[in-house]
Amino acid sequence: MGEFKVHRVRFFDYMPSGIRAMAFNGATERLAVGRADGTVEIFNLADNFFQEKVIPGQDGRTVESLCWASGRLFSTGLSGELVEYDLENLRSKYTVEVYGGPVWTVSSNRQGTHLAVGCEDGTVKIFELLEDSVQFEKNLDRLKNRILSLSWHPSGAQIAAGTLDMIRVFDVNSGRATQRMVVDRAVGTSKKKEVVVWAVVFLSDNTIISGDSAGKVQVWDGQMGTLIRTHLVTKWDVLALSLSQDESSLLAGTSEGNVVQFKFMPTNMDRPDDKEWVRTMTLKSHTHDVRALVHTDTVAVSGGVDTQLVVRPFMDKVIRGRREYHGKITFPHRSLVSCAKKAGILLFQFPERLELWRLGESKGDGRPGETLTVKRKPEALVHLKRKGDDHICCSALSPCGGWLAYASVSSVRLFQLQHADDSIAITKVKLPKVLRWANQLCFSADSSRLFASFSQSSVLVFDLGSSEAKYVHTLVPKSVSRQAVHLMSASDDGKWLATANSDCEVHVYNLSKLEYHCTVPVYNSCPSAMAIHPTGSNLVMVHADHQIFEYSLEQKEYTEWSRTLQREGLHSSWLNRATPVTHVSFSGRNPDHMILHDVNMFCIIDKSLEQTRIKHSHAFKICELFKNLLCVGLLEDHSLVAVERPLLDITTRLPAPVRQKKFAT
Amino acid sequence: MATLYEGYTLCRFEKSPQNKTFNSGIHGIELEGDTDHVVVTDSARSVTLYKVSDQKPLGSWAVKQGQILSCPAVYNTGTKEYVTVSDSKVIRIWKAEDLLLDKAFKATLSSNVWRVHCIPGGGEAAVLFAQGAVRLLDTLLTAPQQPIEEVLGQQETIRWSASVAAETQHVVIFSTEQKGSHFLYVQSLKSNSRQKFHLEPEDGGLAPLSFSACYRKHGIISLLYLYPNGRVYQSAVSVHRPPAVEEAGLVVPLPRTQLLCLTVGANLLKAASALFLDEDHIAVVGAPHPTAPGTGTNFLCIWNTNFQTLQAVKEMSGQLYGQLWCYAGRLFIPNGCSLTVIPYECPKSSLASALGKLKNAGAEDTTVPACVPSWNSIFDGETPPPPAPKKRSRSTPSASEVQKEVEAPLSPAIPAREQQQPSLGQLSCSLVSRSVADPTFYDPDTLAAMVRTRCLCHSMCPELLPLALEMRDYPLAQLCLQSFQDVPESVTCCCLKTFLSAPDDHVETTSRKPGGLSSNVGIPASQERDTKLNGFNPAGEPGDHDHPEETPSRPVHTCPVGPRKAALLDEILQTAHTDAYLLPHLKDLSPQQVMLFLQYMQFLYVKLSTQECIEQKDTSRAPTLTQVMDWVCLLLDAHFTVLVMTPEARGLLVNLHHFVKSQVKLFSELGKLEGSLQEIHNMREEKQIGQYSIQVIQLF
Repeated sequence: MGEFKVHRVRFFDYMPSGIRAMAFNGATERLAVGRADGTVEIFNLADNFFQEKVIPGQDGRTVESLCWASGRLFSTGLSGELVEYDLENLRSKYTVEVYGGPVWTVSSNRQGTHLAVGCEDGTVKIFELLEDSVQFEKNLDRLKNRILSLSWHPSGAQIAAGTLDMIRVFDVNSGRATQRMVVDRAVGTSKKKEVVVWAVVFLSDNTIISGDSAGKVQVWDGQMGTLIRTHLVTKWDVLALSLSQDESSLLAGTSEGNVVQFKFMPTNMDRPDDKEWVRTMTLKSHTHDVRALVHTDTVAVSGGVDTQLVVRPFMDKVIRGRREYHGKITFPHRSLVSCAKKAGILLFQFPERLELWRLGESKGDGRPGETLTVKRKPEALVHLKRKGDDHICCSALSPCGGWLAYASVSSVRLFQLQHADDSIAITKVKLPKVLRWANQLCFSADSSRLFASFSQSSVLVFDLGSSEAKYVHTLVPKSVSRQAVHLMSASDDGKWLATANSDCEVHVYNLSKLEYHCTVPVYNSCPSAMAIHPTGSNLVMVHADHQIFEYSLEQKEYTEWSRTLQREGLHSSWLNRATPVTHVSFSGRNPDHMILHDVNMFCIIDKSLEQTRIKHSHAFKICELFKNLLCVGLLEDHSLVAVERPLLDITTRLPAPVRQKKFAT
Repeated sequence: MATLYEGYTLCRFEKSPQNKTFNSGIHGIELEGDTDHVVVTDSARSVTLYKVSDQKPLGSWAVKQGQILSCPAVYNTGTKEYVTVSDSKVIRIWKAEDLLLDKAFKATLSSNVWRVHCIPGGGEAAVLFAQGAVRLLDTLLTAPQQPIEEVLGQQETIRWSASVAAETQHVVIFSTEQKGSHFLYVQSLKSNSRQKFHLEPEDGGLAPLSFSACYRKHGIISLLYLYPNGRVYQSAVSVHRPPAVEEAGLVVPLPRTQLLCLTVGANLLKAASALFLDEDHIAVVGAPHPTAPGTGTNFLCIWNTNFQTLQAVKEMSGQLYGQLWCYAGRLFIPNGCSLTVIPYECPKSSLASALGKLKNAGAEDTTVPACVPSWNSIFDGETPPPPAPKKRSRSTPSASEVQKEVEAPLSPAIPAREQQQPSLGQLSCSLVSRSVADPTFYDPDTLAAMVRTRCLCHSMCPELLPLALEMRDYPLAQLCLQSFQDVPESVTCCCLKTFLSAPDDHVETTSRKPGGLSSNVGIPASQERDTKLNGFNPAGEPGDHDHPEETPSRPVHTCPVGPRKAALLDEILQTAHTDAYLLPHLKDLSPQQVMLFLQYMQFLYVKLSTQECIEQKDTSRAPTLTQVMDWVCLLLDAHFTVLVMTPEARGLLVNLHHFVKSQVKLFSELGKLEGSLQEIHNMREEKQIGQYSIQVIQLF
């Protein structure tokens, strides 16, 4: 069992999109991340930074700015619209035309009653939040240049707006500009170039802090309109600022990829009340522009053009005993690869297309450590471009390789693949109108059924025929949650179907009776991967906090193995892993063997070793041979498929970073 | 390595009928005249003369039927007559041209004769009577019926006898047995004195199987005897009777040393014999094969007794009778029904040859490096040309004449210098011995020129180096140390002592130009900067000092001796030596000398550990760091207690300790560094993995 033939696949050309904006909701500890392609991702900071939800993007829509307002998420972009997202069904709820050209920034007041948007035409528009929509309230005094940054005073009475060469302070009630603060241009040759105020922060003591394209972080007195202090941070731009909740610490992100921290602290020990903003530390975590920053109580989250979300804990805020998440998130926490284990075919999901590949074949067998000669090279079978503007949000490939389905927020499409000797024929199969969109798609093990999760965690079941798919039933869970399903797994024997939603609920349906079977006791961490054992009718779930549960579907209780595991506890080195397990599968040869993988490793858990203390990770055979794993699948001939996406390949496709003088270059 | 060559049969004989098992038909074999003729007496009644190399009989004599020869015939080289005894009482003497034994001279004696012995190489024949008395044949023949005294006691019988020529004396040795006790008699013919020894009883009352005697130096006869349990003992018997034993016929116990212990297996030896071949080798016949004891006893072995190594083995066909004779490089062994002659060769023993490491024992000339001539070729050398100066020295030529004479063979134009080595050695030996006798004769230049030929070595002329020291000729001593590879540790130590105690100014004025490290010794102390190498301060970190005030001002960088003396000491450091042998001699140094030497070595050590000396590596005559370390360790070993008790040495020792400590620290850090750099090797190179590959992995 210990010996595997591994198909090491590196031709999945996945390219994550750069991070443009972030917004943090302190009440729910959710972080919204907006990417350049319009995708918005929601991370749960309380649950190991698990990527709970992904709202797919749309062609022509960009996310320039994100903001939370009383639990609702809004974004604006260069399309000139204000978008509110439906966080249950993972789609945009509605869009409002702002009528001010591209919208650079959106900001809500602390009370969560109004939104301010800054437009290309120089206007700041105030929207009022209604129950299900937003309503335009008024325009503030129009400025000559585009508004690039906005910040409400915590009281909600004033707004600071950053534009070219200056910062203006508006009185919200009157709509008048009350202060005008001119920002110095950069010295030298770029003197003629106007300086862009990329970010502005309004503090409750009327201090305004700005970051600009001349590389300065400046502290202003908002009442008097005078400059208090200038910190020259970089030769390039300061692109983002983020203030801590208690207004004592500030982060500034620069084009060089640095994040600089400032602290409001007394400079003279004798006069503790005489405080100043002092530059304290520099985090170098990015290679490219830092476009978005979030300052939570304990961590600094930064993202930018290099597509990585970097989480760095503040060492002074770390509490003993509590582990702070620390790391880089590069890949989504869900699978973009489907593997037809009977046919040896891989399906790669891109936002705008699907790729179908047949794996190659090797010549003979080899000893461990050897690389076999490839007899037949892998072959790209199909490039399938999506229809419409909406990005593909999920896709599925049947285990036999004969069916393919994908969904976006506006459509679901099903295709039948007919393999001839060397050619492949793809035919579209009509789906009933009842399925307008889907969150997750899944084929049954015998490829006779398609399951599609719909709104409110319901699942639609279709029978697959040669010409059309027939709607069979809608499985509805007995729960109050309206959250979308993010995991779906059908058992190999065709009897069970399990779904998991972002409220951490796992529902199980009996497929033979087509009815709701049970709900697994809700655990406080979101399941990141799950699968039903092919023979034992046991559901194995791995959660974002790396706990592993096995639930017997027949008995409707946790299995003895799972109880033992919980009693004895998992090894801390397992629990401290930074990336969540994204896939669970079972070995066909040994039913006791589970295969788990995350981005950095895959591991085989031998359940038969439960008697030995699992704490010593005896049962965990971890293989870190492969890095940046997007998928580890087990084919029917017991060979593994490891889909890697080397970071270097991503880095080489990024735009060039700002030129920095390095020694001897 | 001794060699046994292919044997050949000299003659065949009939087994004596009366005792079939342990008696061959050969009664005895004696040398006749030269080395190629032997007289074989068979147990029947005939005496035959053989030419060994031709394997053919030259003459044969027999007694009448009914008579027997009771004693092996011997050849008296002085009178060129054969002597034997028939029927124990009748002496028969004949010459080679006598055809019939019956017609030759006979004389009947009054008592039974055990043996007639004759010294090879001339001298008289001696008659040993069965009762232990010894008479010269000449005196006996004047009155054949003279009464013979009884020396042996009741039931005491002679088991073995031999005659040995010891310097000017002729000695008859015989062993007797009386009621299980064994005695040894040494009868000197000239002084007619007799010594009686008691052989130490062997475990189980075993009787010796065989004896062999040979003369060593200084009046010592070496006796070899073999017991049935395989033990071979050696005893030394002095020819000159010790004064205390002079009066009474005291029986002195004979001390013995065990030479060998042959493996005999379960059975005791029945018919075996051991024989001296030369000082180091013995031949053993009738013993089992030493590595395969179960294969019978038909083996002839040659053992080196010095190294206890088996040198050669030959398996003999047919029965062996435990008889063995050895004459002139040939072994005579009766086996089966024939007398086999086996030529052998025992080269001079050396450890290498004893261990069989010397590839070609017969051709040392080619294997021995040219600069040091082989021992054999020097001392056993065929015939070295008679050295000319030796003759002249008798006529006492002046030193300058000698110098001219000596220069001739030294001129480099003469090829094949190796061939001259023996003569050079003898030349130098005589020059040195004359210089010892007459100090004015001492000519350093000539001697130096001879040493420079690199044909001399210390063992060739052992007095040269001590002479140089005595004459305070330090250049010559230095030269000798440089070119002699075989200076004994005691002499090395002697040199060291002399060098250390020599007054500096004397050395400086007389010595040759300094070489090697000594050239940088001369750097004045003022120029020495406080080097910090790798952040390391040789004087030790101040914090390390327990009593910093006790350490003297750091003398580490200044050389404690002059450059020329340093050069001499450098030579000492580079001599080949064995620690165990050097250590006892080192203890002879006085504390002052030890201090000085230690200071110098500390200076060297610091020097060698710093960058300056790494650049100087090319100077070939500089001692290496390891050599210096070895000597420091040795010196500390030899004198540690003394040094600890000497107050002046304390600072030096502390300095040394700190230096070594910091070095150890540095090296451990370097070791760590090496370990981490080693990781670079271990790091697997990132294999170029293409877009797709199929690999086989092993998980557990």
